[in-house]
Order: sequence, then C-alpha cells, then structure tokens
Amino acid sequence: MEALLKEEHYTPHLEGKPNMLVCKNLKKVYPTPKGEYVVLDDLQLKIRQGEFVSIIGHSGCGKSTLLTMIAGLNPISGGNIQVDGAPIIGAGPDRAVVFQSPSLLPWLTALENVMIGVKQVFPKATKAEKIEICKYYLDKVGLGNDFDKRATSLSQGMQQRVGIARAFALKPKILLLDEPFGMLDSLTRGELQDVLLEIWQKEKITAVAITHDVDESIFLADRVIMMTSGPHAKIGDELFIPFKRPRNRRDVLEHPEYYDYRGYLIDFLNH
Amino acid sequence: MKEKTIRTLKSIGLGFLEPLIRAVSGEEPKKNLGTFVKGTMFPIASIFLFIAIWHFSATALFNKEANVKIEKARTEQGEEAALAMKACIVSGDVSCQPNTLPSPVQVLAAYKTLWRDHVEISQKKDEFKEKVASTNAKRADQGLGPIKYTGRPSFLDQIITSLKTVAAGFLLALLVAVPIGIIIGLSDTLRNSFNWLIQILKPVSPVVWLLLVFMIVKTVITDPNMDKSFIISFISVGLCAMWATLINTSMGVSSVDKDYINVSKVLNLSIGQNIFKIILPASFPLIFTGLRITVSVAWMVLIAIELLAQSPGLGSFVWEEFQNGANDSNAKIIVAMFIIGIIGFLLDRIMLTVQNLMTFKKA
Repeated sequence: MEALLKEEHYTPHLEGKPNMLVCKNLKKVYPTPKGEYVVLDDLQLKIRQGEFVSIIGHSGCGKSTLLTMIAGLNPISGGNIQVDGAPIIGAGPDRAVVFQSPSLLPWLTALENVMIGVKQVFPKATKAEKIEICKYYLDKVGLGNDFDKRATSLSQGMQQRVGIARAFALKPKILLLDEPFGMLDSLTRGELQDVLLEIWQKEKITAVAITHDVDESIFLADRVIMMTSGPHAKIGDELFIPFKRPRNRRDVLEHPEYYDYRGYLIDFLNH
Repeated sequence: MKEKTIRTLKSIGLGFLEPLIRAVSGEEPKKNLGTFVKGTMFPIASIFLFIAIWHFSATALFNKEANVKIEKARTEQGEEAALAMKACIVSGDVSCQPNTLPSPVQVLAAYKTLWRDHVEISQKKDEFKEKVASTNAKRADQGLGPIKYTGRPSFLDQIITSLKTVAAGFLLALLVAVPIGIIIGLSDTLRNSFNWLIQILKPVSPVVWLLLVFMIVKTVITDPNMDKSFIISFISVGLCAMWATLINTSMGVSSVDKDYINVSKVLNLSIGQNIFKIILPASFPLIFTGLRITVSVAWMVLIAIELLAQSPGLGSFVWEEFQNGANDSNAKIIVAMFIIGIIGFLLDRIMLTVQNLMTFKKA
C-alpha cells in the first residue's frame, strides 16, 4: 500500500511541468444567522500543468465551493488562488467550467451555445474560422450531426456533451468540472467519461474534476485528492494513479492494482 | 407535414382541430373523429345553451317591461289607453316598444343594420374620393393637403380606430415598460427604491390616468391641428396597461437562472452582451406573459377611455348609442360588446402565438 503513494509512480507526462494552479492558505467562510460557518480552512493545493486531478469527498464537504472559488464565481475569504503564476480576478474563460447541470442557453442551438464562448475567446478570427472551431469540438464530443439542434431538444447526456465542447472550445488554461456526470444515468456517464478523456488526451489541458464516484475519480485522474468533511475542510490525503494513457476502461478495471487504489479511497471516505 | 400543421395549429390555440386532421388523413379515423366530435360538439352545444338562456331571459324582461308600461297607461290614462298600449306593443310599432335587454334575434338584426350602414358609408366614401380626385391632384401640385372625407364613420371604421389606439397604447407601454423593467430588474437597490411607486400607481383607475394625461397633454400640445383626443386616449391606455409588463420584466430579469449568469461570468461577457444574449432571452417568457396581460388590459380600458376622452372608436360608439336611445340602440350596444370580446380574444391569441414563436421552452 505504501508504494502507491510514492511520486515515482507519477505519470511521465507531468515530469518537469510547472504548477498551473496554486491555492495557498485558502479559506472560505459563509455567514449564517448562528455565526460564521468555515467551510474550507487553510487549504493548500498545487496542480501541475497538464495534470488531471479528481477531488473526492463527502457531500457538503466544500469541494464544489473550492471549485467555484477557483472558477472565480465565489469570492475568496482568505488566502489566494494563482493560475499560471497570477492571482485570479473574478471569473474568466481561462478557467472553463463544465457545470453539473449542462447550463446550456436553451434558446440557442448546440452550435450557437459553443459559438457564444468562441466569439469571446477568438474575437479576431473570421466567422468561418469560428464556426470551424465550434464544429470541430462538437464533432469531437460526438454531436457531428446535431449542430443546429436546439439545446432543449437534446437529451441530458447530449446537452452535457455540448457543455464539454463549449468548455474545450475556449482553449482554457484550466478545465473545471463540477460533478459533470452527476445527473446522468450510469451508461451515459460511462460514455461521457470516455468522450472527456479522449478529447482531453488531445488537448492536455490541466483539469480539475469534482466527483463523489470513486471509480470515476480513478478512471479520469492522474491524482485523486481526498477532502476531509467540513467544517474546516482541507485536503486529507492524495493518491497518484499511474495507469498509462490513453486509458481505456477495461484496461483500468483489469489492472492488478486497481482494487488497491479503489480500496484506499473507499477506506478514506469511510473514516 | 401533418405533424407540422398540427404543431402550428396548437401554437395558435387551435389544438382542438388536431383529431379532425388526424381523422381526415386516415389515422384511426373512427377514434379521432369521436374525439373531435366530443371536443367540438360540447362547446357548440354550450353556445346554443347560452343563446337559449339569453333568449328566454330577454323575453321575460320584455314582458315585465311591457306589463309595467301597460299598467302605467292604465293608472294614468285609464283602461282604454292600456289596451291601446298593449295593441301598440304587440303590433311591434317602434314608438312604444319596451326598452330592455334585446333578444338574440334583435342583436343579429342590429348587426345586419350596422353592416348595411358600413357598406353604404364606404360607398359614399368611394364616390367622394372619385369626386375630389382631380381637385386633390391639383392641391397636391400646389403643395396642399388633400381634402378628406369628413362624414360619419361606420361601425367598422370605429373598430379600426379603436385598434389603432390600442396598438399605439400597447407600443407605448412596450417601449416604456420593458426598458425600465430591465433596468430596475438588474439592480436590487433600484427595484427596492421604485417598488413603492409602482405599487401605488398600479391600482390607479383608468379614469384618473385619463384626467392626469389630459392635464399634461393640454398644456404640452398647443398645435390645434394635432389629434389631441387620440393622443390623450392612447397615452392613457398605455399608462394603464404597462404595469403588468413592467413588473413581469423586472421580475424576469431579476430571477434569471443562476446557471446562465455563471455561464455569462465564465465567458466574461460585456454588460451589453450579458443583457441581450443572456438576460433578455432568459426572461422572454415572463416578459411575454406581461405583454399579454398588457394587451388585454389595454383593450379593456380602451372602451372606458374612449368614452370619456370623446375620441372616436368603439367606446364612443357605445356611449353614443346609449345616449341615442333609438329603438335598436340597446341591440347595437350588445353587438359592440360581442365584437369587443371577440377582438380581445383574438388579440390574446395573437400574443400567445408570438410568445410561442419567440420564447424557448424548458426541456
């Protein structure tokens, strides 16, 4: 078991890469009628460029709070967050978010939903180039035939595919995924994990995924970060997942050490 | 094709035709025809029931009024006069008919009279136009305005005038209430600061608005050539009707789904983009509900306002007929009532259709 935790196992694609995301002494306090409620306290986190990190923890432990703070959608109560060496100021397209609910704009088509972001990030591109970018990513998530479908006429799973395409099309420095597959049935969830990994493999974007599904966290990530339960939540432990990439589900599941990792995470969650 | 037709019909509120279309196109004809008959026959039967009740109550009222008239003749002038009055009423002579709720037949007759009147008047108008055509051409050459027909307007002309007033009032309400609603909706502070004003002004009666507008317009507009009564009535209509849109817009804007706002923040949309690409489309459903109420209210208060502002239209038509007291005046008022109702219904349907076309549906 000890062997699992050593960094020698660390995936080779991260060797020598600088830190992309640094959270220092991070603190989040919500005021309540009964006084202050400290969700996160003195939280330290470093994520390297190109690393895929899963954050796992019990419901209500503050993992979503952490993610929305990184996204800039939730003000920081103490400490700081640096992306690519610079402290964050508000939200921005350099930190793309895939929300738990797809959050597509229902009055737009799939393509327009991606386009609205592409227009922001590539203001100088010609219209044809922008459409090209949108179509490329929609194609990558398997929606090559549904460009002009209204968001509302897509299934939940397809909507989340558009959500993923929208996030990648922004060419962000960090991709933030807030329980992206939490609302999907397990079949669709598996499909979308594959889609996500496939496109991530190409883009190698630093990614942080919140999840409470142990298998999902292992399958997706280079490192699983375990958060203690709140209040005063912080990082309890971390686990490096050295399975070679590109990954496929069967290889991962049949890996001799898979159940050791799984057991380790479940152990943590049960204590 | 079939499904598309059905969808279109549904979106304009004619969904009850769906089974008929399905039956005609050969899809389970028996079952669909049954559904159609059930869905159509009962409403039609209810119309007949309504007319029957109306007919009998009108007859009862007629008899009561006739008896009163006869009794009055008897007590004032004696038995002979009473008999004469009775004979007169039975003969259908115009001079002595009881003045009460008209029966459906009388209303239909009044409708026909109004239509004939309209045909006559439009003929006169055409003749007039022909007569003055050459004069008007000359006047145009000299840079003068054409000579206009100034005769009595027909019933249809009145309807059109009313529709114009309502359209102008609605447009005013739209242009005032939607932008203000957006601005107020965007800021909690603004909403709180203006809430008292909105809550106080909202329940003010149309009549008071009219008087207020009258005070202002009379001072502001001094040009005698401008149609003051039209201006007063459309502004009053707009002011009475805009509140629903104002409140709904500000509510819609302030309650946009937080997910959409987050998307907008992540994409760093500018304030303008945020309003036009996220907030406005997201609040369209509520704005349109407000606009629908506005149209209904506008049409409802229009009659009262026209009546008081003495601007031409259905309102003044009703008032004139009431003052007129001719034999078929009451019937004409009922005709106007139905026409007002039907137009109100159609306006609402038009708004509903526009709403369905313009707004998204939640999945």
